[in-house]
Order: sequence, then C-alpha cells, then structure tokens
Amino acid sequence: MKEAIGVHSLAAASCRVARRFRLASILPRVAATLRTRLLLPRLKLYVVDVMAVKEEGDTSQQGKKSRSRLILRLGALLVAHSGLVSVVCCAAGIIAFILLPVLANNTYISENALMPGSADPAFSSQEVLDANRLTMDILNRGAAKASGIEIAKLLREYIVAVGAESYYHKFVPRANKFHPLHFFSSTTDNLDLPANPSCGSFILNAVGIIRAPRGDGKETIVLVTPYNSQNTTYSDAVSLGIGFSIISLLSHVTWLAKDIVWLAADSRYGEYMTVDSWLKDYHGPAFPGETSRIVDDACFEENNSDSLDHIKVEGHNSYVYKRAGTMAAALVLKVVDKKEKEERDSLSIYAEASNGQMPNLDLINIAHYLAVHRQGLRVKIGSIIYFLKASWVKLLGEMLQHITTLAKLLNPKWKLDITSADYVEGTATLASSIYYQALGVPTGSHGAFRNYQVDAVTLEFSPRSSLNNENVRSAFLLKTGRLIEGVIRSVNNLLEKFHQSFFLYFLTAPHKYVSVGIYMIPFGILIAPLPIVAAALFSSNNGSSNKDGSWKWLQAAKVDTHVTQVDGFGSVDWYQAVWILLVSRVLVGVVVRLAHICGEIVGTIPMVCGTMLMASGPVKDGVSEGPHWDLTKLVVLKKVFLRLRLGSTIDFFTSGGGGGLWAPGHLSGCPHQARRLSTMPSFSLAVSFVRLLVLLIEDAFPVEGTVGVSSPRVSAKLSVMTEQPPVARTAQEPIVAPGAWTNKVHLSVELECIDWSTHITSLGA
Amino acid sequence: MAALCRRFTGFHFLLVLVSLSISSLVFGDWIGDDEGEQFTEELLLKPLPDRKVLAHFHFQSTAHPSPDSGHHHHLFPKAIAQLIWNRAPCDAVGHFMVQKFQIRDLELSFTQGRWNYENWGGSDPISSTNAKPPGVELWATFNVPVVEIDTTWKNLTHALSGLFCSSINFLESSTSYTTPSFVFGLNVSNIRYGALPREAVCTENLTPWLKLLPCRDKAGLATLLDRPSIYKGYYHSQKLRLTSTKLSGIILEQTLTIVLQPNIQRNSAHSLLDGAIQPSWSISSMFKRNLTGSCVLARTSRILVELEKNIVSKLEELGHGGSWSNSLLDLSPNPFRVIKEVNPFPEESNSILFEYVNSKEYEPLDVGIKWKLPFVWSSPHAPFHASRFLMGSGTERGSIAISLQSTKSDEYFRSKSNECRMQAVVFQVVPWYVKVYYHTLQIFIDQKLQNLSDVIEKIRVTPSEDKKLPGTLELVLGYPCTVQSVALTLDFDKGFLHIHEYPPDANQGFDIPSALVTFPNLHSSRIYIGDDSSVHSPLLLKFQEKNVVLSYTEVLLVPFTTPDFSMPYNVITFTCTVLALYFGSLLNVLRRRIGEEERLMRSKDANKRGLIPSIVSKITSKLRGMPGSKPLLIFAVVLSVLFHYIVN
Repeated sequence: MKEAIGVHSLAAASCRVARRFRLASILPRVAATLRTRLLLPRLKLYVVDVMAVKEEGDTSQQGKKSRSRLILRLGALLVAHSGLVSVVCCAAGIIAFILLPVLANNTYISENALMPGSADPAFSSQEVLDANRLTMDILNRGAAKASGIEIAKLLREYIVAVGAESYYHKFVPRANKFHPLHFFSSTTDNLDLPANPSCGSFILNAVGIIRAPRGDGKETIVLVTPYNSQNTTYSDAVSLGIGFSIISLLSHVTWLAKDIVWLAADSRYGEYMTVDSWLKDYHGPAFPGETSRIVDDACFEENNSDSLDHIKVEGHNSYVYKRAGTMAAALVLKVVDKKEKEERDSLSIYAEASNGQMPNLDLINIAHYLAVHRQGLRVKIGSIIYFLKASWVKLLGEMLQHITTLAKLLNPKWKLDITSADYVEGTATLASSIYYQALGVPTGSHGAFRNYQVDAVTLEFSPRSSLNNENVRSAFLLKTGRLIEGVIRSVNNLLEKFHQSFFLYFLTAPHKYVSVGIYMIPFGILIAPLPIVAAALFSSNNGSSNKDGSWKWLQAAKVDTHVTQVDGFGSVDWYQAVWILLVSRVLVGVVVRLAHICGEIVGTIPMVCGTMLMASGPVKDGVSEGPHWDLTKLVVLKKVFLRLRLGSTIDFFTSGGGGGLWAPGHLSGCPHQARRLSTMPSFSLAVSFVRLLVLLIEDAFPVEGTVGVSSPRVSAKLSVMTEQPPVARTAQEPIVAPGAWTNKVHLSVELECIDWSTHITSLGA
Repeated sequence: MAALCRRFTGFHFLLVLVSLSISSLVFGDWIGDDEGEQFTEELLLKPLPDRKVLAHFHFQSTAHPSPDSGHHHHLFPKAIAQLIWNRAPCDAVGHFMVQKFQIRDLELSFTQGRWNYENWGGSDPISSTNAKPPGVELWATFNVPVVEIDTTWKNLTHALSGLFCSSINFLESSTSYTTPSFVFGLNVSNIRYGALPREAVCTENLTPWLKLLPCRDKAGLATLLDRPSIYKGYYHSQKLRLTSTKLSGIILEQTLTIVLQPNIQRNSAHSLLDGAIQPSWSISSMFKRNLTGSCVLARTSRILVELEKNIVSKLEELGHGGSWSNSLLDLSPNPFRVIKEVNPFPEESNSILFEYVNSKEYEPLDVGIKWKLPFVWSSPHAPFHASRFLMGSGTERGSIAISLQSTKSDEYFRSKSNECRMQAVVFQVVPWYVKVYYHTLQIFIDQKLQNLSDVIEKIRVTPSEDKKLPGTLELVLGYPCTVQSVALTLDFDKGFLHIHEYPPDANQGFDIPSALVTFPNLHSSRIYIGDDSSVHSPLLLKFQEKNVVLSYTEVLLVPFTTPDFSMPYNVITFTCTVLALYFGSLLNVLRRRIGEEERLMRSKDANKRGLIPSIVSKITSKLRGMPGSKPLLIFAVVLSVLFHYIVN
C-alpha cells in the first residue's frame, strides 16, 4: 500500500516537473514508465534487501517477475559465495600486504622552495671550537656540581654572550604518562604547584631565541637538544655543544627569515614530558611572571657570584616565558656515542608520533638528502632485526625476486624489480614503521610536536668511533653541524608550511616510501569480507523460513538496540571505534613484539594464529551462549566493520593491522556446542594475556626518556561522556582542537585493556 | 628673414637670461626666508646596547600655507602637495586634481624587521615615533565631510600605491581598514587606519621616497644610503609624515630609521668573552660611503650623536661628564657643539647630543665612536613590555593573548608607587575571517582573573562583519603601576573562506596585524637646554614634542584550513559525471517502450540464464554453429591485442 502511495506522490511530483517543462503530452507515459521500470524494484529494494529481491523473484509468479540489475546480481553473487569471497579477500589482502616493500617508490623532494644543499654551509671550524668549548665546560662544571641547574645556567651564559635572547623555562614534572588518545579528553593536568615547592621539584630548561634580523617573527624553527642534568654523559654534552654551535652560527647570519628557538631540555624525568610541557606552555596561557618567582629567588639566586657581570643586566626577566611565532618545524638532536667502530658516521631518523602520525615526508627527505649527498653520513631508520634474519622472509624475497624479474620480462616499464636483500631490508624497516605507527606511541620527543601540528623529527647521530678522539670529534661536529644548518636553511626557505608531500606513508628504506594510496588497498581488501559475510548471514536467516524469519529479525534488532543501550546513546560508534582501536593496537604490538622476542624458536605463525584465535573470542563466546548465534555474529561483524572504518580516521594503520587480525578471526567464528567457554575463564585468559603484553610493551621502551606506557592497570576504564564541552573555557585550560567530532564524544581513555569478552557475551544472553 | 631669425633668437636668449636671473634672485630669496619653502636634513647616530648602531635620517620639507605661487613649488615635492592641498583653488582646470584628498595628517611607514624594545629602547622619542610594525602602516585624517571620507581614503590608497610602488591599494577594501576612535589621541571620526603586515619592503619603495627629496641621493646626507649596507641592517623603517595646517602650511617629514651592526672582527680565540666590548664604528665603515658636503638646497645639514643617559651616568662616574674624549670612548672628530638634555629628576643623568655641522665640501665628515673599555648598559624601557601570542593549536579555534610585562626599570614609578595608576590603551584590528568572540575577553593581572569593570576604563568594540568589516577592539586599561603583568585573552574561531578569498601561498597562514599598545600618561619628550640652535633643528623640535609612549606587538600568523586547491577541478568533474548519469538515465527512461519490453522479457525469461553462462553459451553455440575460422579468428585477435597491451 505504502509503495503505491509513494509511487503516486512521486508521480504527482514528476507531474509538476513535467508541467513546468511543458511536457504534459508525454506525462502518462512517464508515469507509467516510472512505476514499472524504475520505482517498483527500487522501493522493494529499499524495503527489503538485495537478497529479498532475489528470493521474492524466485517465489513470485512468472508474470510480474522482472530481472534485477547487473550490479545487484553481482552483489548477490558475492553474498551467495561469501565463504569463498572472504577466504579470497583475506588471502589477497595478506599477499598485497607482503608485496608492500615491492611497491615502494623512491622519495623525492616535493616542495620546490626547500632547495636543500643549494647553499654552501657556513658552519666552520670556528663553530666546532665553540662546540668543543661548551662541551668541556659542561663536563667540568657538571662534574663539579650535580644540582641540575648548573648546566642550564651555563647554557644561558653562553647564549647571552652570543647575542641571543635567553630565558629559563621552569616546570614541575608530572607523572610520566602518555595518553595516546589524549585529544579525546578535555580534562587537563592539574597545573597547580605543590603546596611547599622545594628547589629539587623543578626542572629548569635553558631556552635561547634568535630573532631573525629583518624577519617579522611570525614563524620559528625549533631545535631541541635533550640532556640529562643529573647524569650528564659525554654524548649529552656533545649534543649540547652542537646545539650551541648552531646558535652561535645563526646569531650572525643574514639569511634568517624565521626565528630560531633552541630548547636545551633537561630530560631528567623523561624527555617527552619535558618537551611536551614546554610546548604546552608555548601554546597555552603561560603568562609572564609566574607565581613561583619566590621559589626562583630562593633556589637559583643563591650563588650570584657570576663571573660574567653582564648577565645580571637582564637577570630580572630571565624567567619570563618568551615566544617566537608559529612553529614551522622542529628538530630534535641527539648524539649517541657508540663503542663499536663503524666505517662512517651515521644518522638515525625517528619520525613516528602519537597515533601513527608522521611528519611531512619532505622533512625526512631533506635530512636524508643532505646527510647522504652532502655530508656523507649513513642514514638509518629503525628496523626490526628479526625480519632481517628470518629465513622465511629471505625465501619470500627470493621468490619475489624471481617473480618480479619475470614480470619485468613481460613489460620492461614495470618498476617492480627488487632484489632479495632489498626485500628483506625493506620488510624489516616496514615492519618497524608499521609497528610504531600502529602502536601509536611516539618514538621520541618529536612526538610532542606533532600534537600541535608541527612537523618534527629526531636526528640521532652516532660517530664512527669514540668521540674521545679529538679528530673524530671535530670531523663529527663539522658534519652534524653542517647537516643541521642545511636542514634549518631549507626550512627557512619555506614560504608555506609543509604541505606538499605525504603525511600518511611508511618507509621501507630511508629513501623509499609506501604512500597511503598503496597501503590502503590491503586494508580495504581485508575488511571487505566483513559486510559481505554479514549480508550472507542476513540473507540465510531471511530465507530459511518465513514464519521464523520475521521473529528472528525482531531479535536482531533487539540485539542491536541492546548494544546501543548498553554503551550509551549516540556515542556508541565512536566509543567502540576507540575500543577496537585500542585492542587492535595491543594485538599488533603483541604480534610484532612476540615475533621479535620469540624469534626463531617459536616462529611467528603460531603467534599470529594465537592472536587471531583470541581476536575471534568475542564471537565465539557470544555465539556459544546465545540461541541465535548467527544473529549475534552478524551484529558483531557489522559493528567491527564500522568501527574499524571509524578507527581508521584516528590511526589508519592500527585499524589496518587490526583489520588483518580481526577479520579472519571473526569470520571463522562459529558455535562450539561441545566446548562451551564460559565467560569467566575466557575473561581471565584475556586478562592474563593482556597483562603479558602490557609488560612486553613496557619492555619495548626500556629507555627512560622515551615514552613509557602508563601503569599497567588491567581494568576496564573507559568512561564515556556525551555532554557537550563547556563553551566558555577557563583560561587555564589549553585549547586542543582535535576535530569537530570530538564535540560530540569526549572519551577519556587510558591505554589498557577493556574486558571486551564480557561485554560481547552480554549480548548473547 | 635670416636676420629676423637671428634677432629673434637673440631676443630669446636675452629672455632666458633674464628669467634665469630672476629665478636665481628668487632662489636666493627663499633660502633666507623663514616663511617660504624649507628643506633640512639631519642624521642622528646612537650606539645601542646590543653592539648595534641606530641611524635615524630626518628630512623635512615645508611649504608655504597659501598657494600664492600657484601650483608651483621650488623644493616641495609636487606629488605630495597635490595629495593634501587643503584649500580648493578657484580655477576650474586644476580643480579636480588639487582638491583630491584634503589630508590633514598622514603617516605612511614601510618597515622591515622588528624594533627590539628591550635593547633599543622603548620610551625615548625615537622608539615612540619611529618604531613601526613590520610591513606597511598607513593612517590619515581628512578634512572632508564624513560621508566622503571612505571614498577619499580609497583614492588616497591608490595614489600612494602608485607613488611608492607598493600594494597600498589593498587597503582600499573595507575589510582592511578601520576607524579608530581614541587610540591616536584625537577623538575624531575622520581618521582611517590600515596595515599590511605582509608587504615586503625593498629598494623599489626607497627610490620613490628619495625622489621626494630635492637632492635625491646625489648630495647631502642621503648619499650615505648605500643600498646593500642599509638593507643588511636589523631594522629598516622608512616613514613619511605629512601635516598640513592653515597656519604653518604643509610639513613633510621623511625619516629613515635603520639599525646596523658595525663590522665585528670575530676573534677566533675570544669570540665569546669579548662580547662586552662594543664595536667601534664610523660613518664610512657602516655605510661604506663617505659624506662630503651637504645638499645645497638644505637649510641645515647636521649630524647628531646621542649618548644615552646610562652611558652618561657611567661617564660621570668616571669623572668626565660631557667630554667626548675620555677613558671610555673616543668621539671623533671634535663636535661642533654639545647639547644637553634637561631632566625633571635632577639627581639622574641625562642624555647628551654631540652636534656636527655638515658643511665641508672637500673633506669627508667621518663621525665615529671608538670604544676603549668593555661597557654594558641598557636602554630606557617603556614601563611595560607588550607582546602578543597565539594560544591553542589546530585549525578550528584558538585565542589571542596580549601580555604586558613590567620592565621594572622606570624610576618614574618608584618615586610614586602608591597611588600611581597606569593607563594602557590597546588597539587591535582583526581580519574578519578570524572570528573573535569579544565576550570571551578575560583580563588577568598578576595571574589573577579580574572583574572586567574594575580594570577597563573605556572600551569600544566593532565586531567584524563577514567580508565587509574587520573587528576592532579599543580598550583603555587602568591598573596600579606596581603590577607585574597584565594579560588579556580573546577566543576566536577560524572562519572558512571561499576558494577565491585565499591569498597566494595560503598554506602559510593568515596574518593578524600588530596590535598597538600606548601608555597615554607617559610621554617621551625631552627638554634640551635652551640654546637657540635647537629651534632650527626640526629633529630636536620633534624630540621635544609630547609623544605618547607606545609599542607595537608582533604580527601573528594564524594557520588556517586550506582546501586542496585542485578541488574546483575535482568538483567540476564530479558534477559533470553526476549530471551525465542523471540525464543519461532520464533519457533512457523516456525513450523506453514499456509494453514492448515487458512482452519481450516475458518471452525471454523462460530460457534466461545468468550473464556469464549466457555469454559462454552464446560463444559455444556460435562456435558450434560455425566451425569456420571467423569467431576463432576474432578471439585470437582479441587475445593478441590484449597480450600486446600488457606487454607494452
């Protein structure tokens, strides 16, 4: 009946249209055509579904039967063979995934304004002397007093002497917590000072600013050198020396267009935290004249016996926080003194920030270009050693080598050729790239910058032999200084901020990348079977028996609404997206990490299988409990699919990797009538498993200074707040603008595990 | 005929001679005449605490108030006179041109670099009149009825833009200028203010500026303007200030303020420790030019060297008050005269000016200072240092914060710290696409949030209007002098722009022009011991004026969301596709004959199979039906074409 009304109203509407176009003569024909050809099948389609049309077509009488369109029939075909399709898709996805190193392209500098290496470096032996002098001074003074502020004072003296502005940035260290999804939370850390602050509770960073002569001060380039004030190593001192020599050089160059800020970050309690709190103050209301000035006077003014009198001249505002415009890029500079000898000085580039965000590829490109083509450094990026040694990767590489040579015979234009060694190396690098992006934990203090939309990389230099050797050190300082000068000069040339090159990419070598256009194909293929299988379950239910079917659909709707009600209204999709994301993150971390740790002994495949089994847990649990397992599975599949897609907007590769791990597990889930896993054992299994992997993740970041995951509390802690954020913000609250959608959902999430198995099993009951 | 011709030429020659002599008489006449047109040139040199040197060129031309001489000027640049003529002449011919813009007051500055208020001074006359925001700043007051002001302003921007080879004409659009009501001291509605923070300043702006000088840069002090050396400096601001009154006529001040770094020989061994030693400099070493003689048309041409009061106090400590050659520094050559400042506080030392008269034609006047001892001093600061910054990140919203930080340097406050109340006027223009919520204004004094009504004495807000009007905030703050810091914040949303509204290089972000903070109850006037010479020095007269202490804040760069600029192309292709699909299917529907097709389908349906099986069956049936070579051939051809395609 409804259909008829719809058709009539549509016909009336088209009647009006037609009248307007003075086509009244053909009107009856149009109406008839619309009714028969166009509208009836479509309305049916909307009301029921793909399969419904088909089956109705089968059962209804011959006269009215009309063939559905090709695309619908293709869909029906896919749904009918959903098992085969999902197997094929999973296999194809995994193969496409394996092929990623083969599909990598060479990097190129996309932004023409960068012009790396087009100017001769001005960094000379003079600056090397400056660096050496500071290094020696730090080591001498640092050895004498380990109060933590001695080095900052020394640095400030040096910066002022060179003619740059300088101030101390002082803050109270917070608990070393990293929130991968911190942008969900609107709550800020309590910035209140402790009631009785003592001198030792502060951290003091020395900051130097070079104002660009004739520049307008709108933009700035940040240089960060972390050091540990309590235990200053030789390489820390050298990195500070390099930082200072760059400042000393740039203080008298004429070509600067952007200001330069040098942050000597005291990473006593972790460098990420230090840099992050400096950035927070930079982007927040850190107004000059902190209330804690009394403390300063008490703590830092006790020994005023400065040899250099002129520093006192502007001593009164040495704690005033100064800013220098919008940040264009940031470089974190580190020196690692390795004991073993190498043939060349080397540079390691770390770029992964939180939630798999990467800096613009151009920034890595210029660093790589200048390091390789100008300074002759060896550039390394992180790789997982297991894959370098694994024999199966080697075998795969050889196979691919043969295949690609064969492909090249077919068409010489295909640039697919890859040698086995390249493949192995590419796989290892890609694995590390994927691992860090999927884990969502930054690989260094550059990650703090990405939270403020600033492109940043960590450049970690290591000399070819020990830095105690005078010649080695001088040559090393010269090279690193020139490299950093070159990078700064390139960024300084930029008129616009970095936007030309990629933001979503994986590196398979320092000069090879896989862009998002390529790596989203495996992701797409992997999650494609989820909706297909869901549709298949849907159709099989619908088609089984008519009287039961309607009831079942009622049940399905009930299950669906039940899920929605349990989670809270409206925000459920985002809530579960984050949830899936976190669990995927953990799973990805486990797979790669376990592969790394267990190595040859256990092998990876059982591990992967194990995780997949775990991943399929919810389906199995829910399935075995409920009477309508297929409905539950259907709902779960639909949810997982939606959530993976939503999650991909937060962190693409976690969703991608999650898709790879979840999809097969979910698809293979089926009821086990015989082996009924009760909720409790499976939950405890999950808990123990998660505890293990949290430990493993913490093990992955053993270096203090790098980011540690918060304390492993294995508890469901995910609170959903659906209310709108307050419109009028207080001034103490730094403004984070993650995106429009967070207005709707504010989730405060801590990295941990969620008891998903109980959650899902509650559906079946 | 030839004789006539000769006689005619002779007569002509005589005429020329006579006219020349008359003109030379006139020439001689006005040089001595105080009431006529005048031109003076002066240069102030001043060592700055951070090892730099300030050079301030001051050229002043005046024109007689009445256009008695018609529209002809001897010295005064005609282009400028046309801009500001304030009395409409009666003749119909010149009427239109001359009456163009009746300007009462105009200031145009081109600046590159930022004035360093901490090191170069914030409360002296130079900083309060010649420290300008980066880019172009223009304000003018008009003598025309209020309704005509906007059109006059638009025409003026175009005229100036042509005159100075810059894009001042961008100030014509109503989104870029504003009408301040009380910031500039005058409570008038006929003032317009606009700034272009992104305007690049270079020699192409300097050349037309120099053209306004009677000697250009061919003689006199302007010969020092060697382009490479002045553009290598740290700050460069060329300014043009016009005032016209009925009493004094038109006064055109052209100033060029530059901060230069004298060459430092970087001593390899002691590059850090000799930081305290000031570099010695002289005119020839800084400008790479020698100064020989003055511009003959100039009434006065002099060079002044200023030593700040902190240097003088040090000199007094050492026991030589106003001497130019002592154990600390050596001024060469010997100055013509010493001019001392008179200070309201007798116990303090005052700044000293050493005057040189630039008259010798053949011997270069190479003024310079040689420092003998390491010495560090600081410049007089404004009571509060103003700075502005952005808070927040991301492309959705943020806040602007303006902070005033006490410099604690001014003895003025120490003397009467109890009931002293400070006033600060904040003037902030924000482009419309930065949507400021003025109700979110919050003021913190010493970190504590204040009740707005306690702090604000006067406020005027003009909210922005999309694509029409920039937002303007004028605010008078009153607070005790003893506070350490004042901060005010304003939240804003970043607007979305049409694709054609984005400027070139849109990915850089958008500029918010400098805010202006003035301290109306502080003046940077200096009183010099009354000798009659200062009367003749327009520069010193300028120093004695009561100028309000002010400071400009930084330009802000707001990153905006930028569309993919290839998007229009994508949109066009997408819409075309949708339209094609729509029309295709509509026509398809209209063309169909339903009855026929249904009948056909009914008959076909009986033996219908799937698509692929039907194709297969077709092929097989055809193959079976025709065992000949044709289909096989076609098949082979298709295959070979495919293979060829793949291979190539």
